[in-house]
This record gives sequence, C-alpha cells and structure tokens, in this order.
Amino acid sequence: MSGVIGVGGVVDLVVGPVVQYGFFRAGLVAAAVVGVTSAVLSCLLVVRHQALLGDAISHAVLLGVAVGYLVGQTAGILPGAMAVAVVTGLLITWVERNSPVKLDAVMGIVFTAMFAAGLAVISVAQPRGIDLFHILFGNVLGVSPGDLVLTAVSGGLVLAIVVVLFRPLHLWSFDPLTARAVGLRVDLLEYVFTALLSATIVASLQAVGLLLVIAMLITPGATALLLTTRLRSMMAVAAAVGLVAAVAGLYGSYYVDVASGPAIVLVASACFAVAFLFAPRQGVVARAARRRR
Amino acid sequence: MNPPSGPGGQGPGQGLVVRGLTVRYRAAPVLRDVALDAPLGRVTGIVGPNGAGKSTLLKTVVGLVRPDAGTVTVLGGPVDRVRRRLAYLPQRSAVDWDYPAEVGEVVAMGRYPHLGLLQRRRPRDRERVAAALERAGLTALARRQIGELSGGQQQRVFLARALAQEAELLLLDEPFAAVDAVTVDLLTPLLRELAAEGRGVVVVNHDLSTIDRLCDGLVLLNQRVVAAGPTAAVLAPAALAEAYGIAPVVA
Repeated sequence: MSGVIGVGGVVDLVVGPVVQYGFFRAGLVAAAVVGVTSAVLSCLLVVRHQALLGDAISHAVLLGVAVGYLVGQTAGILPGAMAVAVVTGLLITWVERNSPVKLDAVMGIVFTAMFAAGLAVISVAQPRGIDLFHILFGNVLGVSPGDLVLTAVSGGLVLAIVVVLFRPLHLWSFDPLTARAVGLRVDLLEYVFTALLSATIVASLQAVGLLLVIAMLITPGATALLLTTRLRSMMAVAAAVGLVAAVAGLYGSYYVDVASGPAIVLVASACFAVAFLFAPRQGVVARAARRRR
Repeated sequence: MNPPSGPGGQGPGQGLVVRGLTVRYRAAPVLRDVALDAPLGRVTGIVGPNGAGKSTLLKTVVGLVRPDAGTVTVLGGPVDRVRRRLAYLPQRSAVDWDYPAEVGEVVAMGRYPHLGLLQRRRPRDRERVAAALERAGLTALARRQIGELSGGQQQRVFLARALAQEAELLLLDEPFAAVDAVTVDLLTPLLRELAAEGRGVVVVNHDLSTIDRLCDGLVLLNQRVVAAGPTAAVLAPAALAEAYGIAPVVA
C-alpha cells in the first residue's frame, strides 16, 4: 500500500469487501452479534469470579455439538449443546457438593471429560459436515445465510433475556446470599444463565470457534470493569469492546490474511491491554501518577 | 421518618420464633435443639464463641441452610410467605466490594423485591431509597463506588438496603466485625430506633463489648442455647463461662 491513502481509499478499504462479497457481509454480522452477546455475558462471569465457567462450558459443548449433529444434523447442534451445557453445570455442582474436591478442580475434571468425550465421538463417528478445526477455531467467512439467521435470533434472544432478568441477575451477581434470602430462585437463574452461555457459545461456533470464544466471554467484561463503576455501564462498554473486536478483527483477517477467530481475539486483548495501562482511574499509569502525588 | 407498615400495636408482635432447630454439617451437629424468641420491637443479640453456630442459625432462618429438625416461624408464618418483609444482612465478607456498583445503586436493590421484572421505579421507590441513604448517613456518598468505602460505611450500605426494603424483621450477621468506632456509634442508636418503631432486630455478634448498649435480650449460643433472657441476666459470669468454656475476665 502506498504511503498516502486518500479518504476515498479508506472508504474503499472499509466498504469494498462489504459491497463485493456476500460472505464478508454475513461474516461481519455474525461476528458482531457474537461479539456483543458474549461481551454482555462476560460481565456477569467476571463479576461473579466465574471466568472459568465460560471455559468449562465451551469445552463441554463440543460433546453436545457432536452428538447433536449425529442425531439431527445441523438442527441438532443447538439443542445438543444446550443439553450438554446444563448437564455439565449440574454435574459440576453435584460432584462439588458430594466430595471434598474444590470447585476449580471439579470444573477442570468435568469439562475436560466432556471435551474428550466430544473428541472421541467425532473421531469414532467421523460425521461428514463437522470440521473439527472450524469448530474449535471458527470459520467466520464460511457463514451460511441459515447460520446467520440462527446467530442473529439466538443473540437477540440472549440479550432480551438479560434485559428482562436484569434485576435478578444484578442482585444475584452482587450478593447471592441476599438474593436467596429475598426469595429469588437462584437455582433457576443459574440454569437460565448456563443456557444463555451455551446458546452464545453455539452461535459463536462460526465466528470464533469453541476455544477462542472463551476469550470473548472474559476479555470484554474485564476490560469494561477497568473503565466503569456500574454493572449497566460495564455491560454497555463491554458490548462496544466486543463489537469493535469483531469488526476490526474481521477486517484484519480479510486484509492481513489471519484466521478470523484469532484476529478478533487479538483485537479484544489489545483493548484490554490499553485499558489496563491507561484507564483513567484504575489504569496502571493513573495509579502510578496518583501514588507519586 | 416513616414508621413500618408492621404490627399495629397488638403488643410485642411475633418476630422470629425458633423451636427444636437441629442442623448438622456432614453428620457433625452445628445446632442442637435450639429454641429462641426474638419479638418485634426488640433488639435481640445472639452471641457465642466462634463455631457456636450463630451464622448457621441465621442462614437456617432465611432458608439458606436446610435444618435436620425443628421449625422456624417468621412474622407469624413460614419464611417463604414473608420474604419481602424480612431482610438478611450477610457478613461483609460475603460480597466482593470491587463489584462495579455505586452506593445508591446497592441501596436501591432493596426495592427489587417490590418491583416487577420490567417495572419502572416509582416515585415512592426513589423516596424510600433516598430516605434510607439519609438515615444511614450515606447521602453524600450515594455516587461513590462501594469499593472506596470503609468497612463501617459498607456495613451501613447493607443496613440502608434493608431500610429501603422496608423490612419488618432484620437479621444482621456480625455487623460490628472490623468496623470503626464512628459506625458503632451510628449503628447502635439506629438499630435501637428501628426496634422502637416496632421492627424486630436480630444481631449476631462474636464480640460482647458493644452488646449491652444495644440489646434488650440476649441468647447465648454454643451449638445449643446456653442461656437466654434479658441482657443483664445473660451477661452474668456463670452463664458466660459455660458458653465460652472459660471463666471470663471481669474488669
């Protein structure tokens, strides 16, 4: 590229692929939806100190994808993933309550077992139409119109449920004991939250894949935590980070020829690094300046 | 000041009534056959050494722990029917104070049980929150991030939330733990005032030093009820010695 690019040139760079290629448009929308939804959920995971839960469920979901696909082809993937996600959550709780093994170890045991089972099912059945590499790392530029509708609908649904349940989620995420004391059905809320997580993870299969969605379920929320003082604004800022990561990552992947998943995650990580260093109140630089004064 | 909508002068109303309560944790008993009364209009202290089961008792009352035997009656009925009128204030360590929330926002959570999922906050909800902040001496701190508060201020945030909820029975778990003297001096008369308005106040406390100024009645607990009655009687050396297993040093 030449040293001087006119305004028209920049517009071309941005608009060009959108106008020219349907696959780019579809990928962009899918990535944006996933970026925003996973970012909103990441806030709840971060404030509840449950970042590992996104990790656990996304690994476990591989088993649901594999079995769901074998049973019902593409239509079986989402129900399969949700079922396995909820079972994983139940299994983690049950083993933790009935043994002296602590939560982190129990989560590690259960999710790796589910992940291994998923890999085993795929390697035995070798279902055509499942590309393990794409499932794990995403293939956003291969989003079909059907995938796009599914992603958009499930993303919209997840966000709508978060809006409707905002007050219960707010109280539960801040003070779970009081939430239960005032009669909130915390157990139900946790199942709903697990289901939302698994729906988001499935929707993100194409855009970033099962392994890299873990980053999108932590990093935007953690970034926003450094910049805000309320859960509502934290969710808004995280959503913006998720959106920027998705869009910038996709363009990066188009022009620099990096896989879309890594590109999206790297942009999100860069956002975190910037906030970590330069956040006005909580950044490293601001803290150092305050200490000097 | 807004008096609670609670019992209209039919004498000391039923606050908390516990009978025959037994709780085990992995087969080891934590509470044995506990009976106690904490009437409305009184401040009742539950004191005892570490591991006496004080916190477990409160958690069992609000349904966070399931008892192996016994009954709990709150405000004249089973706890599930009166949850809105009951406030549980957990130990401060039960929440993460780095959570992104401002003081006024946490206090406003006290209104959540009164609001539908998508219902807008009504003027009276805002009034209750403002009044609660005022009473707890937090008005000037309403926009403060909760992590910037002192331990005592954080404890007052919990209390303000219970006030915003218009709770008739308040259960406080170790409200004076690691709290500054200013907060003790603010909290003590405030809790007494709440009782004078006809609310029931139950305070779990490890430390005996603040308790005689605060409580009308005391329950000395060490897995079972060692002594119960008016504060002065329970603080008698013999009863204390049995609860704590040693003779207390009387100054």
